[in-house]
Amino acid sequence: MEILTWTYILVGLTFALYIGIAIWSRAGSTKEFYVAGGGVSPLANGMATAADWMSAASFISMAGLIAFAGYDGSVYLMGWTGGYVLLALLLAPYLRKFGKFTVPDFVGDRYYSNTARVVAVICALFISFVYVAGQMRGVGIVFSRYLEVPIEWGVVIGMIIVFFYAVLGGMKGITYTQVAQYCVLIFAYMVPAIFISMQLTGNPIPQLGFGGEVEAGVSLLDKLDGVLDDLGFAAYTDGRKSMTDMFMITLALMVGTAGLPHVIVRFFTVPRVKDARLSAGYALVFIAILYTTAPAVAAFGIYNAINSTSEKPVSELPTWVQTWQKTNLIQVDDKNGDGIVQYLPDPNQNELQIDKDIMVLASPEIAELPNWVVGLVAAGAMAAALSTAAGLLLVISTSVSRDLFKTFRPEITEKKELMIARIAAAGAVILAGYFGVNPPGFVAQVVAFAFGLAAASFFPVILLGIFSSRINKEGAISGMLVGLVFTLGYITYFKFISPELNTAKYWWFGVSPEGIGSIGMILNFIVCVVVSRFTPAPPASIQEMIEEIRIPRGAGKAIDH
Amino acid sequence: MPIDPKQKTKVYWKKNLQTLVVLLLIWFLVSFGCGILWVEELNSIQLGGFKLGFWFAQQGSIYVFVLLIFAYVYWMNRLDRKFDVDEE
Repeated sequence: MEILTWTYILVGLTFALYIGIAIWSRAGSTKEFYVAGGGVSPLANGMATAADWMSAASFISMAGLIAFAGYDGSVYLMGWTGGYVLLALLLAPYLRKFGKFTVPDFVGDRYYSNTARVVAVICALFISFVYVAGQMRGVGIVFSRYLEVPIEWGVVIGMIIVFFYAVLGGMKGITYTQVAQYCVLIFAYMVPAIFISMQLTGNPIPQLGFGGEVEAGVSLLDKLDGVLDDLGFAAYTDGRKSMTDMFMITLALMVGTAGLPHVIVRFFTVPRVKDARLSAGYALVFIAILYTTAPAVAAFGIYNAINSTSEKPVSELPTWVQTWQKTNLIQVDDKNGDGIVQYLPDPNQNELQIDKDIMVLASPEIAELPNWVVGLVAAGAMAAALSTAAGLLLVISTSVSRDLFKTFRPEITEKKELMIARIAAAGAVILAGYFGVNPPGFVAQVVAFAFGLAAASFFPVILLGIFSSRINKEGAISGMLVGLVFTLGYITYFKFISPELNTAKYWWFGVSPEGIGSIGMILNFIVCVVVSRFTPAPPASIQEMIEEIRIPRGAGKAIDH
Repeated sequence: MPIDPKQKTKVYWKKNLQTLVVLLLIWFLVSFGCGILWVEELNSIQLGGFKLGFWFAQQGSIYVFVLLIFAYVYWMNRLDRKFDVDEE
């Protein structure tokens, strides 16, 4: 069968599955809508968290990003997994014991202040919108590349699917579709990786093949270092970023991960505190399967790409190069007219442009796998994008219905609140779709915002809120604002106002905008502690609440209102 | 001698913090330590086909992260039972 037919069949089947699950798991109460009734098993929640977390970018782009960055790409690998250790040890169990539905809920209650709550809501909404626009775009791109429909149509179809299960099912629908989506995406990621690993190194496990030999006595990584060095590039296993910057970016991504509202909220859905701990462990196992495979896919991909194109005659390039040239993901331009492809660091002489996304998208063709694998990768990419989009949309709708409406109009009935949540979810889907069709030029730029802001705003106040009973509302509000304004200001300055100055020479302490969330976080901590010291201690009821969340016993079911 | 519940909670919390400090120290050492700060020194050691520092940065740290969370789950469950604050 043709690739296109396979793709339609596999994508169609998975969509039917998601919609089926959505109808089966419709939410009847606000509690089901917000936290799936609080009865999700730790294993299912771990899988759902993994799918929620791994976005279109993790699935499609990360391996390619690492392939071109080499050792520097480690910031993403460590940053986006290490955050789960912080989440599991420092936040998840206590927030579960606290027992309400959202991050602004915690901030508002712990700091006995609706101002703090509103600041938290604004952060949550901003972070989630930035993120979700990227996901919708991802859905559109997958559609246009594999199913040969225009991007706009792809986004609209994606919107309809997400609309179905996020708006109908709320957290309950999302959780069970995410479990299915995890299975689809991990299978789709592993199949080509395993085959390529076997082809190159003879070892079916990519994590081991990564350190395997491509020729007798020569390991893949040594060979890759040599090939890149011969062409004038930096060695694959060496870094180009400064150590300070590596450190700060990794820290910002870790802390940002632990502070992302759509990830935190998943731990409100399990029945007990000990389930919250365990489910963070499961989540990281499921994430680690992909995250330890990705660097292997990266090394295999760049090795294959260079091997099959560099110094080869233009007329004899492999078929996958020709196929993907149509999509402009790979471009060959014989500048010196010698009929041979030269891949070089100097942009004026380089004749080969490879887009990072190709490392995953073209991997089935590079490995000469059957057509159904191509369809599978398309379905996997779609699962990754849809699952993350749904999780984010839920945060947006919950923020509007619960943190804004319910806080200021506490008299509304549960039925009405549920309706507002659904309307907000629908509105968010449409807005996200709009940004997917008309992406603002800065989507790629603002991803740094999402992590930086989560690191600089949420993480310190949640952490201090649990581990210190002295931090008061004055400290928390000023800490969040300082962290937020500083981080926003720094990123805006280097990304938008003076992008020409965005080099190590002008950065403060050599920290790039990607890593500045770390400094914002430290400032937040300092301001929080200092301001709290000079203002009155929190009331006795808050002290009691803190004592209470530190002890697992008595978590019971998530408290309803 | 009956134990004062307030005192018991304090001891429980202190033990919890000790567990966290140990685990987070390891967390810091494998990622920021082996993966970033000492990467060059470790790269002179070869582990199979990997330079050791590079392996920590792209593989090893992630495996240790997983182990850390499960160690935490195990220790905390034991601690909860010991101090009789566990859930049914």
